[in-house]
Amino acid sequence: MTSEEELPAWSLPADAIDKITLPTRWPERVTREWAWGGSTGKAVRVCVLDSGVEPGHPGVGDLTNAVAIKVRDGETIVEEDNEGDLCGHGTACAGIIRELAPECELHSVRVLGAGFTGSGAALLAGLRWSIEHGFDVINMSLSTTKQKFAELLHELADDAYFKRTMLIASAHNMPVESYPWKFSSVISVGSHELADPFTFFYNPNPPVEFFARGYNLDIAWVGGGRLRATGNSFATPHIAGIAALILGKHPELTPFQLKSVLHLTATNVGGNE
Amino acid sequence: MTDDLQAAVAAGVFGAEEDYRALLHSVVEVARAIFRAKASSIFLLDAQADELVFEAVAGEGADTLVGKRFPSSTGIAGWVLVTGQPLVIEDVAADPRFGRDAAESTGFVPKGLMAVPLLHEERSLGVLEVLDRPKDSRFTLAEMELLTLFANQAAIALDLLQRARRAQSVLRGEGQAAVLARLAAKLEERADDGALRFLQVLEELL
Repeated sequence: MTSEEELPAWSLPADAIDKITLPTRWPERVTREWAWGGSTGKAVRVCVLDSGVEPGHPGVGDLTNAVAIKVRDGETIVEEDNEGDLCGHGTACAGIIRELAPECELHSVRVLGAGFTGSGAALLAGLRWSIEHGFDVINMSLSTTKQKFAELLHELADDAYFKRTMLIASAHNMPVESYPWKFSSVISVGSHELADPFTFFYNPNPPVEFFARGYNLDIAWVGGGRLRATGNSFATPHIAGIAALILGKHPELTPFQLKSVLHLTATNVGGNE
Repeated sequence: MTDDLQAAVAAGVFGAEEDYRALLHSVVEVARAIFRAKASSIFLLDAQADELVFEAVAGEGADTLVGKRFPSSTGIAGWVLVTGQPLVIEDVAADPRFGRDAAESTGFVPKGLMAVPLLHEERSLGVLEVLDRPKDSRFTLAEMELLTLFANQAAIALDLLQRARRAQSVLRGEGQAAVLARLAAKLEERADDGALRFLQVLEELL
């Protein structure tokens, strides 16, 4: 949803000021009604970077596209994905996003399945491919601890940020450095224990920026079924779904603005007003 | 060579593997006891084969599972290993593939599982799983934190085990480190210190 008109990039001459007039004036108080009231996430392109998504799962509905990413001899291979979901997790994430944003476009980018050894390279290649394809939201319930990938991931996260692709990544509390959730250009998500899918909290003590529902959830899983699960990786698609709703109503928002709206509508900020 | 020698020295003696195995076994036993679970297991990533291997098992499957292997990037354990994210799943039998695979490999189909990655420094070493907590126990996010703490301990034990194995393979080999280690072992056995003095002179010369 990038703007068609070329905008000034590095400086703002006086005669260009009218070119950056913002299309929407924010209300004095940003409410959930203003942020996503009436939105279904329609036309918002959401990518699930994960283990694949089971096609035809009743909890997921239509999948616009599904690809599998492999890396062989440094070459990225992108194939149509006919294997579905190799774990169940990607289906669960897609189901949560669908539940919150029923009319968004769901795309599956599978970065799992080619073995552990190649998984870091596949993750990077999958993320790069997804950013190049201009998704509005990328749900990443995954991370890497490999230092050699950190710098590249950081570049990709910033690239996404400036291309108006919101990366939403699961935080985790392991005693090791991991990425990309710690980068400020992404939205990082941890879990809370409450049952309402629209209850989410802004964390005034980052790096974890938001807490969303991630506990004892009824989720879609492979085999057309459902099961109960807990994990930050399920909190992440809640924020992705809410982001899709907001972008459905306000497609012009940049990731910075989107994050601001999420902050202003968080349950512990102004979300209950 | 230097790395190999360091690994050999770090791991100490030939018998270390057994101790580290015992440590891993103790980790899964305690994890099982704390969560009052039917079973707990640790999977080690075999990076060369790109497979996960059952390394320690407490409870159901303890006699039969150690050494069994499966692909490193599919299924729940594979997902946890690759993504570095802990996961708790209930009613896993609702996943037809999981139920079938579990029944084939272990004869035991768990109802629920908690899985957490074993991370040491920047390496992913494997996965710790706790299977079938009692029905009446209310699982909380605090328990997830507890499992994570446990995973840290298991990761360190797993790292030590891997070092010991690497050291053993070095010591069994034909390289310089192996010769030195064998020499050191023989020196230990000898009662007189003539050989030691000879080596000290050699060291000075070098």
